[in-house]
Amino acid sequence: MTWVLANLGLIAERSWSHLGLAVPAIVAAFALSVPIGWFAQRFRWSRAAVLSLAGLLYAIPSLPLFILLPTVIGTSVRDRLNVIAALTLYGVALMVRSVADALDAVGQEVVGAATALGYPAWRRFLGVELPLAGPILLAGLRVVAVSTISLVTVSALLGVSSLGMLFTDGFQRGIIAEVITGIVATVVLALAVDGLLVLGGQILMPWTRRTR
Amino acid sequence: MIEFRSVGKTYPDGTIAVADFSLIAPSGRTTVLVGSSGCGKTTLLRMVNRMVSPTSGSVWIDDLDVATTDPVALRRRIGYVMQNAGLLPHRKVIDNIATVPRLTGVSKAAAHVRALELMDLVGLDRAMAGRYPGQLSGGQQQRVGVARGLAADPNILLMDEPFGAVDPIVRAELQQELLRLQRELHKTILFITHDISEALLLGDQIVILRRGADIAQAGSGLEIIARPADEFVAEFVGLGGERQLDIRRVGDVEIVLDGSGRPLGQVSARS
Ligand SMILES: Nc1ncnc2c1ncn2[C@@H]1O[C@H](COP(=O)(O)OP(=O)(O)OP(=O)(O)O)[C@@H](O)[C@H]1O
Ligand SMILES: [Mg+2]
Repeated sequence: MTWVLANLGLIAERSWSHLGLAVPAIVAAFALSVPIGWFAQRFRWSRAAVLSLAGLLYAIPSLPLFILLPTVIGTSVRDRLNVIAALTLYGVALMVRSVADALDAVGQEVVGAATALGYPAWRRFLGVELPLAGPILLAGLRVVAVSTISLVTVSALLGVSSLGMLFTDGFQRGIIAEVITGIVATVVLALAVDGLLVLGGQILMPWTRRTR
Repeated sequence: MIEFRSVGKTYPDGTIAVADFSLIAPSGRTTVLVGSSGCGKTTLLRMVNRMVSPTSGSVWIDDLDVATTDPVALRRRIGYVMQNAGLLPHRKVIDNIATVPRLTGVSKAAAHVRALELMDLVGLDRAMAGRYPGQLSGGQQQRVGVARGLAADPNILLMDEPFGAVDPIVRAELQQELLRLQRELHKTILFITHDISEALLLGDQIVILRRGADIAQAGSGLEIIARPADEFVAEFVGLGGERQLDIRRVGDVEIVLDGSGRPLGQVSARS
Protein backbone atom coordinates (compact mmCIF):
# COMPACT_ATOMS: atom_id res chain seq x y z
CA MET A 1 0.00 0.00 0.00
CA THR A 2 2.81 2.36 0.80
CA TRP A 3 4.27 1.62 -2.63
CA VAL A 4 0.97 2.61 -4.22
CA LEU A 5 0.71 5.86 -2.27
CA ALA A 6 4.30 6.74 -3.06
CA ASN A 7 3.80 6.11 -6.78
CA LEU A 8 0.33 7.49 -7.52
CA GLY A 9 1.74 9.76 -10.20
CA LEU A 10 3.41 6.85 -11.97
CA ILE A 11 0.25 4.71 -11.80
CA ALA A 12 -1.85 7.52 -13.25
CA GLU A 13 0.64 8.09 -16.04
CA ARG A 14 0.82 4.37 -16.89
CA SER A 15 -2.99 4.10 -16.82
CA TRP A 16 -3.24 7.03 -19.16
CA SER A 17 -0.77 5.49 -21.64
CA HIS A 18 -2.63 2.21 -21.29
CA LEU A 19 -5.89 3.84 -22.32
CA GLY A 20 -4.08 5.67 -25.08
CA LEU A 21 -3.25 2.30 -26.63
CA ALA A 22 -6.48 0.46 -25.85
CA VAL A 23 -9.12 3.04 -26.78
CA PRO A 24 -7.95 3.79 -30.33
CA ALA A 25 -7.61 0.04 -30.94
CA ILE A 26 -11.14 -0.64 -29.66
CA VAL A 27 -12.60 2.17 -31.76
CA ALA A 28 -10.70 1.10 -34.87
CA ALA A 29 -11.66 -2.56 -34.39
CA PHE A 30 -15.32 -1.60 -34.18
CA ALA A 31 -15.15 0.72 -37.18
CA LEU A 32 -13.45 -1.95 -39.32
CA SER A 33 -15.64 -4.81 -38.15
CA VAL A 34 -18.94 -3.18 -39.06
CA PRO A 35 -18.33 -3.14 -42.83
CA ILE A 36 -16.61 -6.55 -42.79
CA GLY A 37 -19.38 -8.11 -40.70
CA TRP A 38 -21.98 -6.45 -42.91
CA PHE A 39 -20.34 -7.96 -45.98
CA ALA A 40 -20.27 -11.45 -44.44
CA GLN A 41 -23.91 -11.20 -43.38
CA ARG A 42 -25.13 -9.68 -46.62
CA PHE A 43 -23.37 -11.99 -49.04
CA ARG A 44 -24.05 -15.41 -47.62
CA TRP A 45 -21.54 -17.14 -49.87
CA SER A 46 -18.74 -15.18 -48.21
CA ARG A 47 -19.90 -15.67 -44.66
CA ALA A 48 -18.08 -18.86 -43.67
CA ALA A 49 -14.82 -17.75 -45.29
CA VAL A 50 -14.84 -14.21 -43.88
CA LEU A 51 -15.73 -15.29 -40.37
CA SER A 52 -13.13 -18.08 -40.28
CA LEU A 53 -10.45 -15.80 -41.66
CA ALA A 54 -11.23 -13.11 -39.11
CA GLY A 55 -11.29 -15.70 -36.34
CA LEU A 56 -7.89 -17.02 -37.43
CA LEU A 57 -6.32 -13.62 -36.73
CA TYR A 58 -6.86 -14.38 -33.09
CA ALA A 59 -4.67 -17.47 -33.37
CA ILE A 60 -1.57 -15.39 -34.15
CA PRO A 61 0.55 -15.26 -30.99
CA SER A 62 0.75 -11.68 -29.78
CA LEU A 63 4.46 -11.22 -29.17
CA PRO A 64 5.54 -12.32 -32.68
CA LEU A 65 2.77 -10.15 -34.12
CA PHE A 66 4.05 -7.10 -32.27
CA ILE A 67 7.50 -7.80 -33.70
CA LEU A 68 6.47 -8.77 -37.25
CA LEU A 69 3.84 -6.11 -37.85
CA PRO A 70 6.36 -3.25 -38.22
CA THR A 71 7.83 -4.97 -41.29
CA VAL A 72 4.35 -4.83 -42.85
CA ILE A 73 3.22 -1.35 -41.83
CA GLY A 74 6.63 0.30 -41.67
CA THR A 75 6.64 1.47 -38.06
CA SER A 76 9.25 0.62 -35.45
CA VAL A 77 8.62 -2.12 -32.90
CA ARG A 78 8.39 0.39 -30.06
CA ASP A 79 6.04 2.68 -31.93
CA ARG A 80 2.68 3.04 -30.18
CA LEU A 81 1.00 2.82 -33.58
CA ASN A 82 2.44 -0.65 -33.99
CA VAL A 83 0.85 -1.76 -30.75
CA ILE A 84 -2.46 -0.14 -31.65
CA ALA A 85 -2.48 -1.86 -35.06
CA ALA A 86 -1.84 -5.27 -33.54
CA LEU A 87 -4.54 -4.80 -30.92
CA THR A 88 -6.93 -3.66 -33.64
CA LEU A 89 -6.38 -6.92 -35.50
CA TYR A 90 -7.28 -8.93 -32.40
CA GLY A 91 -10.32 -6.74 -31.86
CA VAL A 92 -11.46 -7.30 -35.44
CA ALA A 93 -10.98 -11.06 -34.96
CA LEU A 94 -13.48 -11.00 -32.10
CA MET A 95 -15.85 -8.36 -33.40
CA VAL A 96 -16.57 -9.41 -36.98
CA ARG A 97 -18.57 -12.44 -35.91
CA SER A 98 -20.52 -10.32 -33.42
CA VAL A 99 -21.44 -7.88 -36.16
CA ALA A 100 -22.66 -10.66 -38.47
CA ASP A 101 -24.62 -12.30 -35.65
CA ALA A 102 -26.08 -8.98 -34.52
CA LEU A 103 -27.29 -8.17 -38.03
CA ASP A 104 -28.73 -11.69 -38.35
CA ALA A 105 -30.76 -11.08 -35.22
CA VAL A 106 -32.54 -8.02 -36.62
CA GLY A 107 -36.05 -9.20 -37.49
CA GLN A 108 -36.79 -9.61 -41.18
CA GLU A 109 -40.21 -8.14 -40.52
CA VAL A 110 -38.78 -4.83 -39.33
CA VAL A 111 -36.36 -4.67 -42.24
CA GLY A 112 -39.25 -5.37 -44.62
CA ALA A 113 -41.33 -2.69 -42.92
CA ALA A 114 -38.54 -0.13 -43.34
CA THR A 115 -38.20 -1.04 -47.01
CA ALA A 116 -41.94 -0.71 -47.53
CA LEU A 117 -41.86 2.76 -45.96
CA GLY A 118 -39.37 3.85 -48.60
CA TYR A 119 -35.99 3.61 -46.88
CA PRO A 120 -33.18 3.40 -49.41
CA ALA A 121 -30.84 0.49 -48.60
CA TRP A 122 -27.98 2.49 -47.05
CA ARG A 123 -30.27 4.60 -44.93
CA ARG A 124 -32.09 1.52 -43.76
CA PHE A 125 -28.79 -0.01 -42.73
CA LEU A 126 -27.65 3.03 -40.74
CA GLY A 127 -31.06 4.04 -39.43
CA VAL A 128 -32.72 0.72 -38.73
CA GLU A 129 -30.53 -2.37 -38.95
CA LEU A 130 -27.47 -1.04 -37.15
CA PRO A 131 -29.34 0.47 -34.19
CA LEU A 132 -31.50 -2.63 -33.82
CA ALA A 133 -28.36 -4.76 -33.90
CA GLY A 134 -27.09 -2.53 -31.07
CA PRO A 135 -27.59 -4.78 -28.06
CA ILE A 136 -25.65 -7.69 -29.60
CA LEU A 137 -23.03 -5.32 -31.02
CA LEU A 138 -22.58 -3.90 -27.55
CA ALA A 139 -22.16 -7.36 -26.04
CA GLY A 140 -19.43 -8.06 -28.61
CA LEU A 141 -17.80 -4.69 -28.07
CA ARG A 142 -17.61 -5.27 -24.32
CA VAL A 143 -15.66 -8.48 -24.88
CA VAL A 144 -13.35 -6.67 -27.31
CA ALA A 145 -12.82 -3.81 -24.86
CA VAL A 146 -11.94 -6.01 -21.91
CA SER A 147 -9.72 -8.31 -23.93
CA THR A 148 -7.91 -5.38 -25.55
CA ILE A 149 -7.23 -3.72 -22.22
CA SER A 150 -5.76 -6.92 -20.89
CA LEU A 151 -3.76 -7.57 -24.06
CA VAL A 152 -2.16 -4.11 -23.95
CA THR A 153 -0.01 -5.28 -21.05
CA VAL A 154 1.96 -7.61 -23.36
CA SER A 155 3.38 -4.57 -25.13
CA ALA A 156 5.34 -3.73 -21.97
CA LEU A 157 7.76 -6.49 -23.02
CA LEU A 158 8.63 -4.30 -26.02
CA GLY A 159 9.18 -1.33 -23.76
CA VAL A 160 5.98 0.54 -24.66
CA SER A 161 4.49 2.34 -21.67
CA SER A 162 1.32 0.89 -20.14
CA LEU A 163 0.19 -0.64 -16.85
CA GLY A 164 2.00 -3.76 -18.06
CA MET A 165 5.27 -1.97 -17.26
CA LEU A 166 4.36 -2.14 -13.61
CA PHE A 167 4.67 -5.95 -13.77
CA THR A 168 7.82 -6.02 -15.89
CA ASP A 169 9.46 -3.42 -13.73
CA GLY A 170 8.16 -5.01 -10.52
CA PHE A 171 9.51 -8.40 -11.53
CA GLN A 172 12.91 -7.08 -12.47
CA ARG A 173 13.28 -5.11 -9.27
CA GLY A 174 11.50 -7.65 -7.05
CA ILE A 175 8.76 -5.24 -5.92
CA ILE A 176 5.75 -7.49 -5.38
CA ALA A 177 3.48 -4.53 -4.54
CA GLU A 178 4.21 -3.04 -7.95
CA VAL A 179 3.35 -6.30 -9.73
CA ILE A 180 0.05 -6.61 -7.84
CA THR A 181 -0.75 -2.97 -8.46
CA GLY A 182 -0.28 -3.54 -12.19
CA ILE A 183 -2.72 -6.44 -12.17
CA VAL A 184 -5.32 -4.72 -10.05
CA ALA A 185 -5.11 -1.46 -11.99
CA THR A 186 -5.57 -3.32 -15.29
CA VAL A 187 -8.66 -5.08 -13.97
CA VAL A 188 -10.07 -1.81 -12.58
CA LEU A 189 -9.47 -0.08 -15.90
CA ALA A 190 -11.21 -2.91 -17.76
CA LEU A 191 -14.19 -2.75 -15.42
CA ALA A 192 -14.40 1.03 -15.72
CA VAL A 193 -14.39 0.95 -19.51
CA ASP A 194 -16.92 -1.88 -19.49
CA GLY A 195 -19.16 0.15 -17.19
CA LEU A 196 -18.90 3.16 -19.47
CA LEU A 197 -19.89 1.00 -22.45
CA VAL A 198 -22.95 -0.29 -20.62
CA LEU A 199 -23.90 3.24 -19.66
CA GLY A 200 -23.32 4.48 -23.20
CA GLY A 201 -25.51 1.66 -24.48
CA GLN A 202 -28.36 2.72 -22.22
CA ILE A 203 -28.09 6.30 -23.38
CA LEU A 204 -27.84 5.42 -27.07
CA MET A 205 -30.48 2.66 -26.97
CA PRO A 206 -33.22 4.03 -24.73
CA TRP A 207 -35.82 1.69 -26.24
CA THR A 208 -34.07 -1.30 -24.64
CA ARG A 209 -34.87 0.12 -21.20
CA ARG A 210 -38.36 -1.08 -20.35
CA THR A 211 -40.14 1.64 -18.48
CA ARG A 212 -43.61 0.22 -18.17
CA MET B 1 -57.04 3.57 -59.38
CA ILE B 2 -54.95 0.42 -59.05
CA GLU B 3 -55.09 -2.06 -61.89
CA PHE B 4 -53.69 -5.58 -61.95
CA ARG B 5 -53.25 -6.75 -65.54
CA SER B 6 -52.89 -10.52 -65.72
CA VAL B 7 -50.25 -10.60 -63.00
CA GLY B 8 -48.62 -13.84 -61.94
CA LYS B 9 -46.00 -14.65 -59.37
CA THR B 10 -44.00 -17.83 -59.13
CA TYR B 11 -41.45 -17.71 -56.31
CA PRO B 12 -37.94 -18.99 -57.01
CA ASP B 13 -38.70 -22.22 -55.15
CA GLY B 14 -41.48 -22.96 -57.65
CA THR B 15 -44.46 -21.93 -55.48
CA ILE B 16 -47.16 -20.43 -57.68
CA ALA B 17 -48.52 -17.76 -55.33
CA VAL B 18 -50.50 -15.94 -58.02
CA ALA B 19 -51.49 -17.69 -61.24
CA ASP B 20 -53.23 -15.08 -63.38
CA PHE B 21 -54.94 -12.20 -61.64
CA SER B 22 -56.70 -9.16 -63.08
CA LEU B 23 -58.60 -6.54 -61.09
CA ILE B 24 -59.36 -2.85 -60.93
CA ALA B 25 -59.45 -1.21 -57.50
CA PRO B 26 -61.32 2.05 -58.13
CA SER B 27 -60.11 5.39 -56.75
CA GLY B 28 -61.47 6.56 -53.44
CA ARG B 29 -62.97 3.16 -52.66
CA THR B 30 -62.09 0.28 -50.40
CA THR B 31 -61.36 -2.99 -52.15
CA VAL B 32 -61.07 -5.97 -49.84
CA LEU B 33 -59.17 -9.10 -50.82
CA VAL B 34 -60.40 -12.00 -48.76
CA GLY B 35 -59.35 -15.62 -48.82
CA SER B 36 -57.84 -18.33 -46.70
CA SER B 37 -54.23 -18.42 -45.60
CA GLY B 38 -51.65 -18.82 -48.36
CA CYS B 39 -53.95 -17.92 -51.24
CA GLY B 40 -51.65 -15.10 -52.38
CA LYS B 41 -53.16 -11.96 -50.84
CA THR B 42 -49.96 -10.53 -49.40
CA THR B 43 -48.12 -11.31 -52.62
CA LEU B 44 -50.71 -9.29 -54.59
CA LEU B 45 -50.55 -6.36 -52.18
CA ARG B 46 -46.77 -6.23 -52.24
CA MET B 47 -46.78 -6.08 -56.03
CA VAL B 48 -48.36 -2.64 -55.78
CA ASN B 49 -45.40 -1.07 -53.95
CA ARG B 50 -42.84 -3.27 -55.69
CA MET B 51 -41.88 -5.24 -52.61
CA VAL B 52 -42.60 -8.20 -54.90
CA SER B 53 -42.15 -8.06 -58.66
CA PRO B 54 -44.62 -10.08 -60.69
CA THR B 55 -43.16 -12.82 -62.89
CA SER B 56 -45.81 -12.00 -65.50
CA GLY B 57 -48.25 -9.19 -66.17
CA SER B 58 -48.12 -5.65 -64.78
CA VAL B 59 -49.56 -3.44 -62.08
CA TRP B 60 -50.74 0.06 -62.91
CA ILE B 61 -51.49 3.06 -60.74
CA ASP B 62 -53.68 5.33 -62.82
CA ASP B 63 -51.77 5.39 -66.11
CA LEU B 64 -48.39 4.50 -64.67
CA ASP B 65 -46.87 1.03 -64.86
CA VAL B 66 -45.28 0.63 -61.42
CA ALA B 67 -42.43 -1.41 -62.92
CA THR B 68 -41.20 1.78 -64.57
CA THR B 69 -41.12 3.80 -61.34
CA ASP B 70 -38.35 4.26 -58.80
CA PRO B 71 -39.29 1.80 -56.03
CA VAL B 72 -38.15 4.01 -53.16
CA ALA B 73 -40.14 7.02 -54.38
CA LEU B 74 -43.13 4.79 -55.13
CA ARG B 75 -43.15 3.34 -51.61
CA ARG B 76 -43.02 6.78 -50.05
CA ARG B 77 -46.20 7.78 -51.78
CA ILE B 78 -48.12 4.63 -50.90
CA GLY B 79 -49.25 4.09 -47.31
CA TYR B 80 -48.61 0.58 -46.05
CA VAL B 81 -50.10 -0.80 -42.85
CA MET B 82 -48.87 -4.21 -41.80
CA GLN B 83 -50.14 -6.97 -39.61
CA ASN B 84 -48.56 -6.51 -36.16
CA ALA B 85 -48.16 -2.85 -37.16
CA GLY B 86 -44.52 -3.36 -38.27
CA LEU B 87 -43.39 -0.38 -36.20
CA LEU B 88 -39.71 0.45 -35.77
CA PRO B 89 -39.07 -0.62 -32.17
CA HIS B 90 -36.20 1.83 -31.63
CA ARG B 91 -38.15 4.94 -32.53
CA LYS B 92 -40.70 6.77 -30.44
CA VAL B 93 -44.34 6.73 -31.50
CA ILE B 94 -44.11 10.26 -32.87
CA ASP B 95 -40.98 9.43 -34.89
CA ASN B 96 -42.55 6.25 -36.21
CA ILE B 97 -45.49 8.25 -37.49
CA ALA B 98 -43.20 10.91 -38.93
CA THR B 99 -40.96 8.37 -40.71
CA VAL B 100 -42.01 8.92 -44.31
CA PRO B 101 -42.23 12.75 -44.16
CA ARG B 102 -38.76 12.76 -42.59
CA LEU B 103 -37.45 10.49 -45.37
CA THR B 104 -38.80 12.89 -47.96
CA GLY B 105 -37.04 15.82 -46.32
CA VAL B 106 -39.80 17.48 -44.28
CA SER B 107 -38.28 19.26 -41.27
CA LYS B 108 -38.48 17.48 -37.95
CA ALA B 109 -40.64 20.21 -36.41
CA ALA B 110 -43.19 20.16 -39.24
CA ALA B 111 -43.26 16.35 -39.32
CA HIS B 112 -43.89 16.23 -35.59
CA VAL B 113 -46.74 18.73 -35.78
CA ARG B 114 -48.34 16.61 -38.47
CA ALA B 115 -47.71 13.41 -36.50
CA LEU B 116 -49.55 14.83 -33.48
CA GLU B 117 -52.52 15.77 -35.68
CA LEU B 118 -52.55 12.23 -37.04
CA MET B 119 -52.55 10.86 -33.51
CA ASP B 120 -55.73 12.82 -32.89
CA LEU B 121 -57.17 11.58 -36.17
CA VAL B 122 -56.67 7.90 -35.35
CA GLY B 123 -57.75 8.32 -31.74
CA LEU B 124 -54.41 8.09 -29.96
CA ASP B 125 -53.74 10.12 -26.84
CA ARG B 126 -50.97 12.65 -27.55
CA ALA B 127 -49.38 11.57 -24.28
CA MET B 128 -48.26 8.41 -26.09
CA ALA B 129 -46.05 10.40 -28.46
CA GLY B 130 -42.89 9.88 -26.44
CA ARG B 131 -43.34 6.17 -25.87
CA TYR B 132 -41.63 3.36 -27.68
CA PRO B 133 -43.79 0.81 -29.55
CA GLY B 134 -42.92 -1.87 -26.97
CA GLN B 135 -44.72 0.24 -24.38
CA LEU B 136 -48.07 0.22 -26.24
CA SER B 137 -50.91 -2.28 -26.38
CA GLY B 138 -51.56 -4.16 -29.61
CA GLY B 139 -54.52 -1.93 -30.47
CA GLN B 140 -52.51 1.24 -29.85
CA GLN B 141 -49.70 -0.09 -32.03
CA GLN B 142 -52.18 -0.69 -34.85
CA ARG B 143 -53.39 2.89 -34.55
CA VAL B 144 -49.80 4.08 -34.81
CA GLY B 145 -49.44 1.87 -37.88
CA VAL B 146 -52.49 3.47 -39.49
CA ALA B 147 -51.30 6.99 -38.58
CA ARG B 148 -47.90 6.23 -40.08
CA GLY B 149 -49.54 4.94 -43.25
CA LEU B 150 -51.41 8.23 -43.58
CA ALA B 151 -48.51 10.54 -42.67
CA ALA B 152 -47.38 11.44 -46.18
CA ASP B 153 -51.02 11.88 -47.22
CA PRO B 154 -50.82 9.13 -49.85
CA ASN B 155 -53.67 8.52 -52.27
CA ILE B 156 -53.25 4.80 -51.86
CA LEU B 157 -53.33 2.81 -48.65
CA LEU B 158 -52.34 -0.85 -48.59
CA MET B 159 -53.53 -2.65 -45.47
CA ASP B 160 -52.40 -6.23 -44.86
CA GLU B 161 -54.59 -7.75 -42.15
CA PRO B 162 -54.06 -4.61 -40.09
CA PHE B 163 -56.46 -5.65 -37.36
CA GLY B 164 -55.69 -9.37 -37.36
CA ALA B 165 -53.68 -9.40 -34.16
CA VAL B 166 -56.01 -7.55 -31.78
CA ASP B 167 -58.93 -8.81 -29.71
CA PRO B 168 -62.47 -8.67 -31.18
CA ILE B 169 -63.57 -5.60 -29.22
CA VAL B 170 -60.56 -3.52 -30.20
CA ARG B 171 -60.89 -4.81 -33.76
CA ALA B 172 -64.50 -3.62 -33.94
CA GLU B 173 -63.36 -0.22 -32.67
CA LEU B 174 -60.55 0.02 -35.21
CA GLN B 175 -62.91 -1.00 -38.02
CA GLN B 176 -65.32 1.80 -37.08
CA GLU B 177 -62.40 4.26 -36.96
CA LEU B 178 -61.34 3.19 -40.42
CA LEU B 179 -64.88 3.64 -41.79
CA ARG B 180 -64.99 7.12 -40.27
CA LEU B 181 -61.54 8.00 -41.66
CA GLN B 182 -62.47 6.75 -45.09
CA ARG B 183 -65.65 8.88 -45.11
CA GLU B 184 -63.40 11.91 -44.54
CA LEU B 185 -60.35 11.01 -46.60
CA HIS B 186 -61.56 8.96 -49.59
CA LYS B 187 -58.33 7.02 -50.07
CA THR B 188 -57.95 4.20 -52.55
CA ILE B 189 -57.64 1.34 -50.09
CA LEU B 190 -56.58 -2.20 -50.81
CA PHE B 191 -57.39 -4.16 -47.67
CA ILE B 192 -56.57 -7.78 -46.88
CA THR B 193 -58.36 -9.97 -44.40
CA HIS B 194 -59.43 -13.54 -44.01
CA ASP B 195 -62.45 -12.50 -41.98
CA ILE B 196 -65.52 -12.29 -44.22
CA SER B 197 -67.43 -10.16 -41.68
CA GLU B 198 -64.65 -7.58 -41.82
CA ALA B 199 -64.76 -7.70 -45.61
CA LEU B 200 -68.55 -7.14 -45.67
CA LEU B 201 -68.23 -4.26 -43.21
CA LEU B 202 -65.38 -2.37 -44.89
CA GLY B 203 -65.44 -3.29 -48.55
CA ASP B 204 -67.06 -1.28 -51.34
CA GLN B 205 -65.73 -4.06 -53.52
CA ILE B 206 -65.04 -7.53 -52.17
CA VAL B 207 -62.83 -10.00 -53.96
CA ILE B 208 -63.01 -13.61 -52.79
CA LEU B 209 -59.90 -15.56 -53.63
CA ARG B 210 -59.07 -19.21 -53.98
CA ARG B 211 -55.56 -20.69 -53.87
CA GLY B 212 -53.25 -19.06 -56.43
CA ALA B 213 -55.20 -15.78 -56.13
CA ASP B 214 -57.86 -17.19 -58.39
CA ILE B 215 -60.91 -14.90 -58.16
CA ALA B 216 -63.94 -16.88 -57.04
CA GLN B 217 -66.16 -13.79 -57.08
CA ALA B 218 -65.76 -10.01 -57.08
CA GLY B 219 -68.55 -7.56 -56.34
CA SER B 220 -70.25 -5.57 -53.62
CA GLY B 221 -71.16 -7.32 -50.39
CA LEU B 222 -74.79 -7.11 -51.42
CA GLU B 223 -74.14 -8.84 -54.74
CA ILE B 224 -72.08 -11.57 -53.14
CA ILE B 225 -74.61 -12.34 -50.43
CA ALA B 226 -77.54 -12.11 -52.87
CA ARG B 227 -75.94 -14.16 -55.63
CA PRO B 228 -72.91 -16.17 -54.56
CA ALA B 229 -71.16 -17.36 -57.71
CA ASP B 230 -70.78 -20.94 -56.59
CA GLU B 231 -70.67 -23.41 -53.70
CA PHE B 232 -67.21 -22.26 -52.65
CA VAL B 233 -68.32 -18.64 -52.28
CA ALA B 234 -71.58 -19.58 -50.58
CA GLU B 235 -69.72 -21.64 -48.05
CA PHE B 236 -66.95 -19.07 -47.63
CA VAL B 237 -69.37 -16.27 -46.77
CA GLY B 238 -71.32 -18.56 -44.43
CA LEU B 239 -74.48 -19.09 -46.47
CA GLY B 240 -75.84 -22.47 -45.46
CA GLY B 241 -74.26 -21.79 -42.04
CA GLU B 242 -74.21 -18.82 -39.69
CA ARG B 243 -75.23 -16.34 -42.36
CA GLN B 244 -78.19 -18.41 -43.55
CA LEU B 245 -80.96 -16.45 -41.86
CA ASP B 246 -84.64 -17.15 -41.46
CA ILE B 247 -87.55 -14.79 -41.05
CA ARG B 248 -90.38 -15.96 -38.85
CA ARG B 249 -93.63 -14.20 -38.13
CA VAL B 250 -94.56 -13.97 -34.45
CA GLY B 251 -97.95 -12.28 -34.14
CA ASP B 252 -97.65 -9.04 -36.09
CA VAL B 253 -93.80 -8.78 -36.05
CA GLU B 254 -91.22 -10.53 -38.16
CA ILE B 255 -88.07 -11.72 -36.43
CA VAL B 256 -84.78 -12.88 -37.92
CA LEU B 257 -83.20 -16.16 -36.86
CA ASP B 258 -79.62 -17.24 -37.56
CA GLY B 259 -78.54 -20.58 -39.04
CA SER B 260 -78.97 -22.42 -35.75
CA GLY B 261 -82.34 -20.86 -34.97
CA ARG B 262 -81.18 -18.22 -32.49
CA PRO B 263 -83.22 -14.99 -32.69
CA LEU B 264 -81.07 -12.10 -33.96
CA GLY B 265 -83.59 -9.24 -34.09
CA GLN B 266 -86.73 -7.78 -35.58
CA VAL B 267 -87.33 -6.71 -39.14
CA SER B 268 -88.17 -3.02 -39.13
CA ALA B 269 -91.66 -2.19 -40.28
CA ARG B 270 -91.77 -0.93 -43.85
CA SER B 271 -94.52 1.40 -44.91
N1 LIG C 1 -40.69 -15.39 -50.40
C1 LIG C 1 -41.39 -16.51 -50.70
N2 LIG C 1 -40.77 -17.59 -51.22
C2 LIG C 1 -41.46 -18.69 -51.52
N3 LIG C 1 -42.77 -18.84 -51.35
C3 LIG C 1 -43.45 -17.81 -50.84
C4 LIG C 1 -42.80 -16.59 -50.47
N4 LIG C 1 -43.73 -15.73 -49.98
C5 LIG C 1 -44.90 -16.40 -50.03
N5 LIG C 1 -44.73 -17.64 -50.56
C6 LIG C 1 -45.80 -18.63 -50.79
O1 LIG C 1 -46.72 -18.09 -51.68
C7 LIG C 1 -48.06 -18.42 -51.30
C8 LIG C 1 -48.88 -17.17 -51.09
O2 LIG C 1 -48.31 -16.44 -50.02
P1 LIG C 1 -48.95 -15.09 -49.46
O3 LIG C 1 -48.09 -14.61 -48.37
O4 LIG C 1 -49.21 -14.18 -50.59
O5 LIG C 1 -50.34 -15.64 -48.88
P2 LIG C 1 -51.46 -14.87 -48.04
O6 LIG C 1 -52.73 -15.03 -48.79
O7 LIG C 1 -51.04 -13.50 -47.72
O8 LIG C 1 -51.52 -15.75 -46.73
P3 LIG C 1 -51.82 -15.32 -45.21
O9 LIG C 1 -53.29 -15.09 -45.11
O10 LIG C 1 -51.39 -16.52 -44.42
O11 LIG C 1 -51.00 -14.11 -44.93
C9 LIG C 1 -47.93 -19.29 -50.06
O12 LIG C 1 -48.00 -20.63 -50.47
C10 LIG C 1 -46.57 -18.96 -49.53
O13 LIG C 1 -46.02 -20.07 -48.86
MG1 LIG D 1 -50.50 -12.53 -45.91
